[in-house]
Amino acid sequence: MTTAGSPAVTTNVGRPFLGGRRFSLDWVGAVPFFAYVTIFLILPTAIVGLGAFFDANNAFTLDNFAHLSRSYIVKSTIDTVAVSAITAVLGATFGAVLAYAIATGNPDGILRRLLVSASGVLAQFGGVTLAFAFIACIGPAGFIYLFAQSHGFDFYKNDLWLFEIPGLDLVYLYFQIPLMVLVFLPALDGIKPQWREATESLGGNTWHYWRHVAGPLLFPAFLGGVLLLFANSFSAYATANALISQGQPMLAQQIAGALSSEVGAYEPGFAKSISIEMIVIVTLVTVLYTLLQRRTARWL
Amino acid sequence: MAVAARSIQRTRRVKLQVFRYVTFAIAALFFLVPIAAMFEFSTRDNAGARTLEYWRSIPAYPDLTDAIVASLQLALITSLTMLVLLVPTMVWVRLKLKRLNRIVEFVCLLPLTIPAIVLVVGLYPVYFWLAENLSDSILTLALAYVVLVLPYCYRALDSGLGAIDVKTLSEAARSLGASWFDVMWRVIVPNVSNAILNATLLSVALVLGEYTIANNLLYNNLQVELVHLARDNAGVSIAVAVAALLFAFLLLVGIAFVGGRPRRGRSDSLDVTGLGKGPVQAT
Repeated sequence: MTTAGSPAVTTNVGRPFLGGRRFSLDWVGAVPFFAYVTIFLILPTAIVGLGAFFDANNAFTLDNFAHLSRSYIVKSTIDTVAVSAITAVLGATFGAVLAYAIATGNPDGILRRLLVSASGVLAQFGGVTLAFAFIACIGPAGFIYLFAQSHGFDFYKNDLWLFEIPGLDLVYLYFQIPLMVLVFLPALDGIKPQWREATESLGGNTWHYWRHVAGPLLFPAFLGGVLLLFANSFSAYATANALISQGQPMLAQQIAGALSSEVGAYEPGFAKSISIEMIVIVTLVTVLYTLLQRRTARWL
Repeated sequence: MAVAARSIQRTRRVKLQVFRYVTFAIAALFFLVPIAAMFEFSTRDNAGARTLEYWRSIPAYPDLTDAIVASLQLALITSLTMLVLLVPTMVWVRLKLKRLNRIVEFVCLLPLTIPAIVLVVGLYPVYFWLAENLSDSILTLALAYVVLVLPYCYRALDSGLGAIDVKTLSEAARSLGASWFDVMWRVIVPNVSNAILNATLLSVALVLGEYTIANNLLYNNLQVELVHLARDNAGVSIAVAVAALLFAFLLLVGIAFVGGRPRRGRSDSLDVTGLGKGPVQAT
């Protein structure tokens, strides 16, 4: 690394390994941390990654992956991708609008600080409580449903869609929109008012500005947001499980199902291969997201 | 000409304000009504009258109170373990092992890209072994929760440590004869107390809301018990859910207040999600 011929070579490189006074035990300080994460993070990851290739008798097999073609797993995959895609696109769209409304206000105002911290809280607000909130709100005993029903509008007339996949689409938006606000706001802040003025001085109107200036600049950030939101709902489990107890429509629930011994379907190897399917999809999306982030960073 | 331009500007500004407040109103409806609905639901009896019966009968469910106590204990153990593990390591790496900085960061942020349910699959044999050989107490869940809160706490502590000059401070303390323990406890910790509080509150909020790992490792923490109970008595279940939610909200609002005014521009203030470079762990 050091330039050839530089006197630094003798002191920096060629550090004696044993016996020299530069030999240090500094690395010992990092041992507890790495030991801990090895047992509770690296080891579990390795168990999933390697375990998927072995059967119950520890013999190498690819059967676990062949099982991924079972019809209910294919259906779960499609349903999960669909829910993730729908909530990602809708969440990103509504989130971008909300972020724009926030970005056009006073950047140091109390309203903005309030909304940003609220978004921070709500983006984390998932799990069981979120499912309960919607059950209490529009569930069969929720006050909105009771009110609508008493006024002749029964939105569960055909089926109880809240406890099916359409319910997930609605409920997931609750944490997707705030997440988009958090991701998209920095991009909007990067838009300079001078660009609008430049458009106008060249004779462009609002449509021209959005179509040719702000739109193309913000699009990578928007797409990045869509991908992040996709990964977010793709790996969600708690809300789906608390809301949908019949069947296991989501891929995360299929993993839990293959892991649980209750239904007599204990297939740990299979749980691992579904996990790998999940990780592959999430990783792909995350890599794309990172690439788009870089593209966004070029201008904003 | 100038007058016309000004009037266009004014119409545009009015339009923009209308758009903003309509957007905020709709968002407020969508986000606040479901939470309000939980209060409403938990104070309404079958006949539709107001009642506090559900709230009052919370102590009558021993499984539930056990789960609440367990979750609070888990929150405490997780926070303490996380701090003991993370703070000295991060300081040490900054001082002595700079090359490891990127690796520590990578490892800490790794749980963001692994869905919790996948982590459960890998933790299953680990916990099987733990239960056989050490303990099958619900409190062992704290060991996994430390991993779960790692990314958020790392970010909180990283920004805290980044704002002070760790190297100069500790060299000054060392040259005055302080032991490494003194450096940590009496120099570094007081200087990053806000970051430590942030990290702690975040872990408490995350642990109290955790469901995926506990449910699939077959431990009854608060959230798992809430789902069980909801089948028998939705009113009580939702009452407790609201109470837990309020508690978590207070903690997170606490972060916003403790964090005080942003130090380096508004972009890094109130980063309660731990958002930044990587994706957020799904719920």
